[in-house]
Order: sequence, then structure tokens, then C-alpha cells
Amino acid sequence: MVFKRSERNQQTSGSGGVPVPVKIVVAGGYAVGKTTFVGSISEIEPLTTEASLTSHSHGVDIAGEAAKKSTTVAMDFGRISLGDDLILYLFGTPGQDRFHFMWDDLVRGAIGAVVVVDTSRLEDCFAAVDYFESAGIPFVVAINAFFGRIHHSLDDVREALAISPDVPMMITDARDRAATKATLLELVQHALTQATAPSA
Amino acid sequence: MNERSRDERLRIRPYALTGGRVRSSTELALEAIVRITPRGEASAPELATERREICELCADPTSIAEVSAHLRLPLGVARVLVGDMVTEGFLDCNDNAVSEDNRPDLRLLERVLDGLQAL
Repeated sequence: MVFKRSERNQQTSGSGGVPVPVKIVVAGGYAVGKTTFVGSISEIEPLTTEASLTSHSHGVDIAGEAAKKSTTVAMDFGRISLGDDLILYLFGTPGQDRFHFMWDDLVRGAIGAVVVVDTSRLEDCFAAVDYFESAGIPFVVAINAFFGRIHHSLDDVREALAISPDVPMMITDARDRAATKATLLELVQHALTQATAPSA
Repeated sequence: MNERSRDERLRIRPYALTGGRVRSSTELALEAIVRITPRGEASAPELATERREICELCADPTSIAEVSAHLRLPLGVARVLVGDMVTEGFLDCNDNAVSEDNRPDLRLLERVLDGLQAL
């Protein structure tokens, strides 16, 4: 057997030279651009992992997926090495109510979440916003503007989603690395602010 | 065992690999990163197919989610197998570093901020 341990991966921190993992959750409705967002900045092609939907699978069906009676739910994810000893994982997750059971596991230890929104289908992100709000997870709302156009102003979207003024909201372009990076920076900054603020 | 029969076995009863368990002795996060130990390297040739494949994959630091994706194992199965192999000393592990409120601590957040800015 060949172990292809590369020279450059001789890390010096963590347990036995193992880098420290951190993660950000990328949530949003069906086909809103979550995987594109992850892929625009990931150092690897986004990978897919499957979690089982067992007894929790009753309930709401999804527009566009209504015909699928799938027993698993796929999550696309990517990774970004931040120096030699820190790896940031981005997990894209479906934004429907019926996946809440998965989110409890997914958000444990997360820096926070980016909720990706398509303004022509605002309602698709309600469940995600509700979840992160009630769980006290730092999140930002990123409106994915295909071709730089959005259907409503940021203020209108904030009002429609009933999002509090302290939740950052920005226009992004899921295909663009710089825009994705700016969105992630906004989230981490927001998480830092929330972590240093006196608890409400 | 040839490729075909292995694939079929995985498709039919993945949880047989874990003795039907859906929980590991250690509850690792899906982003927990593992890497093979000298003990793992020495033992790998004698291990069962899936465990040997995990050893090979984890020659470089690899998360549980990546193990699941690359070896086409359901996340729950990858978690149990990797958790067991950490307990048995075949893999070193860095789980997510969180404080009491289940969030990364300030120092870690600052490192992420600096790291992202430097991209």
C-alpha cells in the first residue's frame, strides 16, 4: 500500500499535526445557488455527502422535488485551507422545514450561516431564517443577484423577511469568488461582533 | 474481494459495516479532521476493506464529510467507522474546537477572519 503523504502537509499544530476544522453553513431554497457559492471559493470541486432521512421524512414536500421520495438528503460541501493549520468547510444544506433535524447536527460548532436568497422566490428562505434566528446562530442574508440584478430593494427584502436590523444583508454573486469571499468575511465579522456583545 | 461485490455490499447494507450502530463511541463533528497515525500505517494492510480505504485516504488530513464523500459511505456510517478508528489509535483527530455555547471561540474566529482576508 502506498501512503501519499505529501511533504507540504507536515503541519505543526493541532493533534499530531492535524489542522483545526471550522465550518460555515450555507442554506437556502432549492437551486438558489448554494453549491455555486461554495464552489466559487472552495479549493476542491464541491463534494457530496448523504445523510439518511428516516422517520423524520414525513411532512412537507418541496417544489420541484415533490415527486422525489428520497430517503437520503444530499449535502454539497467545499473546503478552504486558511494557512497550514486551519481548514474552513462550507456545507450547503437544503432550506426546507423537513430538514431541521439535520440542521441541529450541522450547526453545532458552526461559525454561522449564510442564507442565500433569490428575490423572486423569497419564501424559499423563510424556514432557514426562522431556524437560525430561533437557534441564535449568527447569520447573514446574501441575495444572489444573477447578472447583477435583483427584483426588490434590500430594504424591501428585509421587511418581507422580517429580519432584525442587526442582521447583515448584502447582494452577492454566487459565481464570483471575490463576492463570495466578501460575504463570508461579513459573516465572520458578524459572528465576532455577536460573540463580543453582551448577551441579550 | 473484487470491486463489484464490494459496491453491492455497500449499497445493500451500509450499516452492516458498523454492526448496525448509528452512533460512535465518540461523537465527532462531520467536519472533524483525521489523519493516519504510525499505528494506523502499520495496521492498515490487515484491516477490513473500508477501514483500509479510510487509512489510505487519511494519509493527508481529511474530514469525516470527505471520508463519506470519497468512499461513498452515508455520513452516519463514516462517522461511526472513523470514530472507532480514532478510539483504536489508527487515526489522530482534531474535532471542532468550541466553547461552552457551542460556538468557536474568539481567537479562532479572528484566525478565520485573518485567513479569509489573506486569500
